Amino acid sequence: MEATTIAPHSDTHTGAPRILDREPLVLNNRSYSWITNRVCGIVENKQPLLWWMLMVPSVILTGVMVFCFAYLISTGVGVWGQKQPVAWAWDITNFVFWIGIGHAGTLISAILFLTRQKWRTSVNRAAEAMTIFAVMCAGLFPAFHVGRVWMVWFLAPIPNANAIWQNFKSPLLWDVFAVSTYFSVSAVFWFLGLVPDLATLRDRCKPGLRKTMYGIFSLGWRGANRHWSHYETAYMLLAALSTPLVLSVHSVVSFDFATSVVPGWHTTIFPPYFVAGAIFGGFAMVLTLMIPVSKIYGLGDLITPKHIDNMAKIILLTGTIVGYAYCMEFFMAYYSANKYELQTFQLRGLYGPSVWAYYFMFGFNVFAPQLFWYRPFRHNLWVVMFVCMCVNAGMWFERYVIIGTTLERLLVPGSWRTYEATWVDKVTFLGTFGFFMMLFLLFLRFLPVIAIGEVKGVLPQSNPHHDDHGKDGIQEEDLMNYPDRHVPKVLA
Amino acid sequence: MSTTLKRVHGFLAEFDSVADLYHAAEHVRDAGYQRWDVHSPFAIHGMDHAMGVKRSKLPYLVFCGGITGTTIAFTLQTITQTNFWSSIGLGFLQTLAETYPTVVQAKPTDIWTLPAFFPVMFELTILFSAFTTLFGLLALMGLPRLNHPLFAAKTFPKFSDDGFFVCIEARDPKFSQEGTKSFLEKIGGKNVELVEDDI
Repeated sequence: MEATTIAPHSDTHTGAPRILDREPLVLNNRSYSWITNRVCGIVENKQPLLWWMLMVPSVILTGVMVFCFAYLISTGVGVWGQKQPVAWAWDITNFVFWIGIGHAGTLISAILFLTRQKWRTSVNRAAEAMTIFAVMCAGLFPAFHVGRVWMVWFLAPIPNANAIWQNFKSPLLWDVFAVSTYFSVSAVFWFLGLVPDLATLRDRCKPGLRKTMYGIFSLGWRGANRHWSHYETAYMLLAALSTPLVLSVHSVVSFDFATSVVPGWHTTIFPPYFVAGAIFGGFAMVLTLMIPVSKIYGLGDLITPKHIDNMAKIILLTGTIVGYAYCMEFFMAYYSANKYELQTFQLRGLYGPSVWAYYFMFGFNVFAPQLFWYRPFRHNLWVVMFVCMCVNAGMWFERYVIIGTTLERLLVPGSWRTYEATWVDKVTFLGTFGFFMMLFLLFLRFLPVIAIGEVKGVLPQSNPHHDDHGKDGIQEEDLMNYPDRHVPKVLA
Repeated sequence: MSTTLKRVHGFLAEFDSVADLYHAAEHVRDAGYQRWDVHSPFAIHGMDHAMGVKRSKLPYLVFCGGITGTTIAFTLQTITQTNFWSSIGLGFLQTLAETYPTVVQAKPTDIWTLPAFFPVMFELTILFSAFTTLFGLLALMGLPRLNHPLFAAKTFPKFSDDGFFVCIEARDPKFSQEGTKSFLEKIGGKNVELVEDDI
């Protein structure tokens, strides 16, 4: 195609402004029907052996998780390791960890949409699915943490026989509203994005149960432009609503800590630090999932090195922000001249009982992503996967450091106690990974993993003015309107 | 047995590329048709202009939905946690809700405890806006529906893969069995097909 040819710049360069060539978003000039066939093929064909090799242990782990929760309900919340003063331990750590994972999905689907980052189209569907599944895993922990899980409906503002209402001034209740809103809005956003692609699957099916189900969930979509017009508006509105929402969710989660008067928690840096950390951990999880998916299902033309490179850069940026926050916390503890605050941080990072967790956190979150400064590392999938695994683990340790090590050494030395997780803590957490993987594998099996319609929309031939300027050359106006098009390097 | 009675839905014409479809839409718009649409696998940038479609009214609905969410959150929290409503002479509302101010965290029970209510007000604004977006969108599109005459057309299933279509409906005042067909062929339409609907 003419779009990918690059004009020789040395001999035609006459001092006119030069425009750098953009890397194509879809490699090898794939056609519309190639994209449809490749993405729908994942759903329509038999799953590879690897899918089953992952699915079976995931289902088993999900069963183990269910067993652990049943054991907890039947025995009592004491089967978890928390005792005073460590009343929040692995469960709240896991909650914050999973909620954070979700943030990358909303960032990709909402913030990158508003900022017109068209590369998002290849990864947004899977990332949004990941968001929803991660929030489902997250929601389990506080629900069981309340102790009597059958009373969990007390969190909802429903009139009850005691005529006592929730304390709306409490950050814990803000959290209930933030997380449930986040889940609902993410699900709406995800479903709306799926509708045109479900129509694609519907139109390819033979009549039968599958066609009926895809038909129902695609709502009778027929690609009419009068529909697209409303649809695009709705998509933009949801993106604009999700952007402040995603920033608020982890801010509210951080309020659980920041509004308390516990040294080490009572800091104003928490909201931005938590949000940056959430995006950081979430992108690591997106890459952890998408690199294998891309390799197993042959989606390399859609999820290109450019995509992975971009996400690696976001990990580098947010990882560095998190590193800054770690250092600034120490500085503030020193500068505040508050001896309790200072001692909390000394115990956390220098000589406390769980100082190993701090070193894991710092190494995995701050040092490991620095590899991404070097371009060949961002293009070597083994290095990318290694760093992402470090970040996945590091972000869990971060939450553990904030929660566990702080509570182990509260204000009164007489109440100090070193926390030890029980087997139920550990196995439940492992089980949520199985639950998460099971949901993600089912998503791969039944729904299009890549937003087919959106990827088609960013191909160069999808621009209605793509062929209009054969004679006159490219006008500057075209570049203003369609900056993502591939144009020869030299203007004029 | 199916009946032999059919109702004409309209003419469906296929186009090769986005650019062809865009120019065809401009022609149909300029010919003065009203009841027509283009069908494409993805949203085409600028097609609203080529078709002469006005901007969606959805944002107005969503604004109303958002305001509703804010109001509900404000009312719910002030009615159950403060004496604001009795201070403005509407104390019966609080009697109805069987509630009294919850005095905790040393926060005032008058309206000045409002900042503590902002997070929930914000979240409910977003929640109501998002659901208004979803249901408002469905209402404006006239979806969901179980069937449509176009799904009976032979070429139409391609619309969700790589087909680009223009459909001019028989309801259009300018529609004519011969004229519309030749018009669609003249502007470059291929496989022009009469779409019929079982009565």
